[in-house]
Amino acid sequence: MTQLSLVGVSKIFGNTKVVNNVSVTVEPGKVHVLLGENGAGKSTVIKMMSGIYQPDEGHIEIDGKTVRILGVEDARKFGIAVIHQELNLVPQLSIMENLFLGMLPAQGGFVNYRAMEKKAKEALKLIGLNEDVHTPMGELGVARQQMVEIAKALMQNASILILDEPTAALTRKECNQLFAIMDELKAKGVGMVFISHHLDEISRVGDVVTVLRDGQYIDTVDASASEDELVKLMVGRDITNQFPHEHREPGEVLLDVKDLNREGELNNISLQVRAGEVIGLAGLVGAGRTEVIRAIFGADSYDSGTVTVCGKQLPKHAIGKSIEAGLGLVPEDRRTQGLVLDASVAENLGLATMIPTSKYGFADLHGQSKREIDTAKKLRIRMANVNQTAGSLSGGNQQKIVFGKWSMANVRVLLLDEPTRGVDVGARVEIYELINEITANGGAVLMASSDLPEVLGMSDKVLVMSEGRITGCLPANEATQESVMALAVSHMDDDNNAERN
Amino acid sequence: MTAQSVKLGYDTGETTVADRIKLFASRNGALIGLIILCIALSFVAPAFLSAPNLLNVGIQAATVAILAFGQTFVIVAAGIDLSVGATAAVSSMLVAYTGANMGLPAWLTIIVGLLAGAAFGACSGMMNAFLRLPSFIATLAMMSVARGLTLVISDGRPISTSGMVNFFGGTLAGIPVPIIMMVIMGIVASIILNFTTIGRSMYAVGGNMEASRLSGISVHKTQIMVFVLSGIFAAVAGLVIAGRLHSAQPQAADGYEMDAIASVVIGGASLSGGKGKISGTFIGAILLAVIRNGLNIMNVSSFWQKVVIGLVIAFAVSFDTLRRKVDTH
Repeated sequence: MTQLSLVGVSKIFGNTKVVNNVSVTVEPGKVHVLLGENGAGKSTVIKMMSGIYQPDEGHIEIDGKTVRILGVEDARKFGIAVIHQELNLVPQLSIMENLFLGMLPAQGGFVNYRAMEKKAKEALKLIGLNEDVHTPMGELGVARQQMVEIAKALMQNASILILDEPTAALTRKECNQLFAIMDELKAKGVGMVFISHHLDEISRVGDVVTVLRDGQYIDTVDASASEDELVKLMVGRDITNQFPHEHREPGEVLLDVKDLNREGELNNISLQVRAGEVIGLAGLVGAGRTEVIRAIFGADSYDSGTVTVCGKQLPKHAIGKSIEAGLGLVPEDRRTQGLVLDASVAENLGLATMIPTSKYGFADLHGQSKREIDTAKKLRIRMANVNQTAGSLSGGNQQKIVFGKWSMANVRVLLLDEPTRGVDVGARVEIYELINEITANGGAVLMASSDLPEVLGMSDKVLVMSEGRITGCLPANEATQESVMALAVSHMDDDNNAERN
Repeated sequence: MTAQSVKLGYDTGETTVADRIKLFASRNGALIGLIILCIALSFVAPAFLSAPNLLNVGIQAATVAILAFGQTFVIVAAGIDLSVGATAAVSSMLVAYTGANMGLPAWLTIIVGLLAGAAFGACSGMMNAFLRLPSFIATLAMMSVARGLTLVISDGRPISTSGMVNFFGGTLAGIPVPIIMMVIMGIVASIILNFTTIGRSMYAVGGNMEASRLSGISVHKTQIMVFVLSGIFAAVAGLVIAGRLHSAQPQAADGYEMDAIASVVIGGASLSGGKGKISGTFIGAILLAVIRNGLNIMNVSSFWQKVVIGLVIAFAVSFDTLRRKVDTH
């Protein structure tokens, strides 16, 4: 089995050393976790392992012999395969064809389907994936698509598997499936590199952890290290308070939702958020959190019920009216729903206020520009200047822009959907402080999140959803992960459980 | 890695004059190309730089430029409008028909023409916004409808136009009116794109429709407005064409949509939306006219001209794509 070592490698782009003197050894049958904030150099290290970049200093060893990996093809020959965060699959083609993408078994230009089917079935069996090989890839969930990618890598005799944030898009259950497969691969002697932002996964699946910060090698520790210790290594300082929630005396009701219904998705949703309050919305993926948030904001319609903001009842499905009344939405996916990535930071900040501040159809370019610069400063968005494109900023700074957009609109009630997804530990605290700022100014926040510690740490009250209804309301200081989870699965009937097996 | 690419992109913080010139050149490829072409032509064919010839280039560029200004709105909003040539034809035909056959006063016929352009645009826009037809399909359909109606109204024959319409093809104080119209429409388009909420919404919607919608921008209104504006601009182009020919022709502006799209794209707009400038479109239209004019002066057959124009479009856009790749690395 293969052992892969990076020995004191560095990578330089222009004047910046993005990776400096990093040494990592991936042992057969072990999971090596690469840990670090965005921009710490993890991706660059992976790219050197997989031949996309060549190290400018240091060298790579495979089984103790110095080698040069000159490209992805080369890496494959050495038995190194990468499972990228964005999967390289063709959703319209079958599982089988995806497995053999680029290397269809053929005779005289004709595809040998029989051989392909046989090998494909073997490959799926190898990872215990029970699917018809003729199923179109697009019909599988992300987790299963990932498994097919892993099967493909193993089919090509990979002995080192690099998994770049494989759990980012997976539900808890799917994560467990993935970890089970990883355990099996370990037993077979496959060495793995694992990247994840979820610290709790490290002790579950990892053996050793190498921490990077700003391109520097920091330390290699055992995967059983405590989360606090890992965070300290990552950010270089103690984060004394991961959740700096400030409790306030709740004021008048700012958001009042009554009996919201939509066939098959929302079931008698009623909730209130008062001035100064943060209400958390917890539940499993698919419980209807996003649907509730979007219906309140007017992004989607509903069949019956009312939404009242600051005493004014809103019409259904009318985003413009919602914003006028003082609502704002930080959507679950900032890249596709929150930002115009190719537009500047300034333009993105002004997106929600451009029309309300206009006169006679002309945008108030001068005033907006001033307010945009002020907001960028107030939110401490780290950028070269406001004309930089939003897409080039880190996840945390991008999220600050989305918050800033609503801060410019003087929002009274802010709806948050997964406010810190893909945001670094350090930047996360800054996002939480923005939440505090809203409540300090007499605003109200409704926050949906699948990150349970975040919901418990940042809310005053936690509403738990299951299958489109609210199944419970817990004061945050009494709620535990267990009590929330119990409510989150409380409406699941036996049929559903049977289906899951 | 995002944070690092930021650092890389802006490490050069202090820019020298040479850097700035380089940056300007790489961002204004079409303009540089145009200048080089003009200098080259003035050597090869000294007649190129004569005042009458330059005015001729301007007149040739005018109709395509006006269509292309309208097209810029649509492309910035991530759509495409194949119907501009046919809309120009049908609106100018309505102007001529309502004047010659229905006896409406000339000023009223012009308003009818502009309204017709707006109405055809609104149809494309509503198909795009409400029926969710891709703009390519919606405007392909409208192109056929508009061209067909032009033939129905005219019975396939040209109809002569009134003096007021012919003014649009004439001269004013020695300057050809088509050039004046091109400049006016260019300024109007530029003001709309840069200073009005509807113009700024076009960039937002073209850049990310969902993010715009969730920020309270009316996507439907924007989608309809871009096609209405494109239709009005096409109607103005139709007036200029009819004015020059002193008649509305059933086959007028046939295929002009392609030149208009080419001008916008050569001018640096992205077909995926969110990017584009009127100044770029203007340069694109002038560049196409100069190439045609130069090839004419050099007696290159019109058959070969098409080949050359095609190559120029391919070259200009691939240059732009390459530049963007370099920019983002």
